Amino acid sequence: MQELSLNVLDIVQNSISARATLIYVDVISDTAANKLTITVRDNGGGMTEEQVRSVTDPFFTSRKTRRVGLGVPFFKMAAEMTGGSFEIGSQVGVGTFLRAEFCTDSIDCMPLGDINGTVHALVTLNSQIDFVYTRRIDSRSFTLDTRELREILGDIEFSEPEVAAFIREYLDANDPQLQEEAER
Amino acid sequence: MKSLEELRAIKEQMRTKIGIRNDENAKKRIVVGMATCGIAAGARPVLNAISEELGKRGIADVAVSQTGCIGICQYEPVVEVFDENGEKTTYVKMSPEKAVRVVNDHIVNGNVVTEFTIGAVK
Repeated sequence: MQELSLNVLDIVQNSISARATLIYVDVISDTAANKLTITVRDNGGGMTEEQVRSVTDPFFTSRKTRRVGLGVPFFKMAAEMTGGSFEIGSQVGVGTFLRAEFCTDSIDCMPLGDINGTVHALVTLNSQIDFVYTRRIDSRSFTLDTRELREILGDIEFSEPEVAAFIREYLDANDPQLQEEAER
Repeated sequence: MKSLEELRAIKEQMRTKIGIRNDENAKKRIVVGMATCGIAAGARPVLNAISEELGKRGIADVAVSQTGCIGICQYEPVVEVFDENGEKTTYVKMSPEKAVRVVNDHIVNGNVVTEFTIGAVK
C-alpha cells in the first residue's frame, strides 16, 4: 500500500464484512512526539480468541474463496517497520478494535495520504453503516459523524451525487491538516 | 467554514427533484473491486473518478457499489458494469482516466469500451 489511508480503507472492509453498523475511525497525530495513531473500532460480529491470534498471519482469512488474507498483516507491518506498534482485540458479539501506532520520523513511515478520499469512499458506498471519523492534529480536531448527516437527510442516501459532493467538500474544508497548511 | 447547515439546503433542493426520479426502473450498476488487491492496485482513485464523473453529469440513476476480491487480482483495479438487462461487462486494469471513458461511452452512450474489457486485455 502506498498510503496509510489505503490501509485504513482495506481494514474497514473487515468491519463491513463483519456486519458492523457503527464504525469509529480515529487518526490522531501528536507532532511533538512524532506519533501517528490510527484506531478502528466496530460493533461487528467480533472474533474468537483463536481468530484474533491468527488474524495477523497472512495465511489466515475468514473468506472462502482463497486461503490468504493480507489486510491486517499489511497494516501491522506498516506500523511495526516504523518502530511503532500494533494491537488488536475482539469479542464475539461485541466487536473488534485495532490500533496501530506509527513513528512518523522513521524513514519507513508511509504518508497518511488521501484519508478524506478513504472516508468519502466508505461513507458513500455504505449508506446503511454509520461512521464516526475523527482527525486530530495536536489540539486541532474534526469529527464527522454520519448519524448527524442522517438526521438532516432523512431517507436521502449518502450516495446521491449532490450529497456525496458535499461530504467531500465538508471533509476537505474541516481537515486539520489542510487548515494547518493553509495557515502556514 | 463549511457546515452542516449547507446540507440542510441541499436536502431541500433535492426533495423537489426526488419525486421526479423513477427509482423503480431497473438501474445500471457499477461495481468496483475494493479488496486488498484492488485497493493496492488503485481502486480508490478509480472509484472517486467514477463518482465525480457521474456527479458532474448529474447521473443519479446509476448505483455505484463495491465488492470484495473476485479472484483476478492481477487484473485489478476491476470495474464491473451491469446493464439494465443484467448483462455484465468486466473492465480490467482500470485507471481514473479509463474509468471516465467507461462512464461516458458505456453508461451515457451505451457503447461498451471493448479495449478495456477483460477479453481484450487477456
